[in-house]
Amino acid sequence: MVRNILAVAEREIRSYFVSPVAWVVTAMFIAMWGFLFGIIIPGSREANLRPVLSNFSVTFLLAGPLLTMRLLAEESRTGTLELLLTQPLREVELVLGKYLGAVFFLVVMLVATLYFPILLEAFGNPDEGPMVAGYIGVLLQGMAFLAIGLMASSLTQNQIIAAVVTFVSLLMLWLSDALSRILGGTAASVAQYVSITKRFEDMPRGILDTKDIVFFLSIIVACLFITTQIVAARRWR
Amino acid sequence: MIEVEKLSKVYGRIPAVSDVSFSVAKGEILGFLGPNGAGKTTTMRILTGYMPATSGRATVAGYDIFKQSLEARRHIGYLPETVPLYPEMSPRNYLQFMGKIRGLDSRTRRARIDDVADKCKIGDVLDRLIGKLSKGYRQRVGLAQALLGDPDVLILDEPTVGLDPRQIVETRQVIKNLAGAHTVILSTHILPEVSMTCERVIVINRGRIAADDTPENLQRRMQGADEIEVDVRGPSEAVQAALRGIPQVTKVHERRDGAESHVFMVECELGTDVRELIASTIVERGWGLRELRPRSVSLEEIFVQLVTAEPSTA
Repeated sequence: MVRNILAVAEREIRSYFVSPVAWVVTAMFIAMWGFLFGIIIPGSREANLRPVLSNFSVTFLLAGPLLTMRLLAEESRTGTLELLLTQPLREVELVLGKYLGAVFFLVVMLVATLYFPILLEAFGNPDEGPMVAGYIGVLLQGMAFLAIGLMASSLTQNQIIAAVVTFVSLLMLWLSDALSRILGGTAASVAQYVSITKRFEDMPRGILDTKDIVFFLSIIVACLFITTQIVAARRWR
Repeated sequence: MIEVEKLSKVYGRIPAVSDVSFSVAKGEILGFLGPNGAGKTTTMRILTGYMPATSGRATVAGYDIFKQSLEARRHIGYLPETVPLYPEMSPRNYLQFMGKIRGLDSRTRRARIDDVADKCKIGDVLDRLIGKLSKGYRQRVGLAQALLGDPDVLILDEPTVGLDPRQIVETRQVIKNLAGAHTVILSTHILPEVSMTCERVIVINRGRIAADDTPENLQRRMQGADEIEVDVRGPSEAVQAALRGIPQVTKVHERRDGAESHVFMVECELGTDVRELIASTIVERGWGLRELRPRSVSLEEIFVQLVTAEPSTA
């Protein structure tokens, strides 16, 4: 079980790193984040990562689709999915392996930004708690985005469709806080409940609420479960 | 090794495979022959557990492919019609990955990769990128992948399609050498291909089995040495003697002894059409000729499609 998951993840990671797309995406995002860091910190004159991390999470609306659109759509298009599904490999192993590969890539991208806190430590006196909590928040949120993207990628053979579906889904979750202000009653509280902005808000302040962590984890588990079902459903068409 | 019972698959309302039954013995090489769209790929996909059948049963190596899918899949090596490769990987890494998924430990993997690379003659490209390889090499990397787990059953969907003539010959030789140790099902729409590699052929047309025979018999039938069924009212012994008197006729036997007439199967030499001769022979002697027809019209129709599909390889 674990060995199969790791085999799929390892292949995925290798593929990420030999494709130019991954390098270009990483380079561009690191540049973008560096740029955000460069304008926000001198502007606020505060050794605080909170505004930077909040902006990070916006850029993930773009990074999420880009990192996940290929995952299952490409395998389905080139026929390698047919090969994998006729091997002694369970659907859940395939899905978890793919997901793990994508998460690894996300972690690599985040590690590349760790020079932000290091710079703050060197030249200022930041609060470490909120920075750690903020990074955990960014990671959790990113992982939820990847799970949603993986699910979209399992629905189609077309990477563009997967990317668009992911982007719009993420954007709607993102904007649902704003939506809740227009809506009233139960609809408003539902919109509020699924709002990623709302969930993420407190984390860079150093508040790790179990409810928020559970929220992100349940998105991840639900999406991975549904993805597994979608992949398995191919067998029964 | 493989048992298939009344397998059917319906896409929406279009039947792709209807009521297909056959079995393959251990070590046998079976060819699936049929025009494009006949149901070969569908049957193979069902056997490999990629898609379910609408009805029917199948077992591979003793495991039910629907109920014990994972176990059955462990015993199958599969080369789909579009060779499933990762262009950004090298054949070695690709085979390593497939070996891991098949549960081979690292030492076995290395040994098996050397073995299949040797068998499929891809040793000199193992460390290049698959995306840069020629079609022939890719096809053989795909074949190497199917062989990697040393599976009891190999299912190869059009393994020689798109190769040049020399590669076709080599690939056929590789497949032929697999007989005995492996049970092989391969599909093709080229008749000469089965006669060169297979011991047995199942002809599929429109989702149904049209014939199940040795390649020699099929080839003979295709070339016109077909049997002619003759229904005659007359004395059995005398009619048989008269029919044997026709020079091109090689064999005559009585198939059915009806109340009023006798049905004879008449075999004749390749490329001759003796129907008119038979008719006149019988009529001249005053017997009643009630029916005269070649036995397998439907096969002929299929073979026309098969033969015209790729005459150059014949």
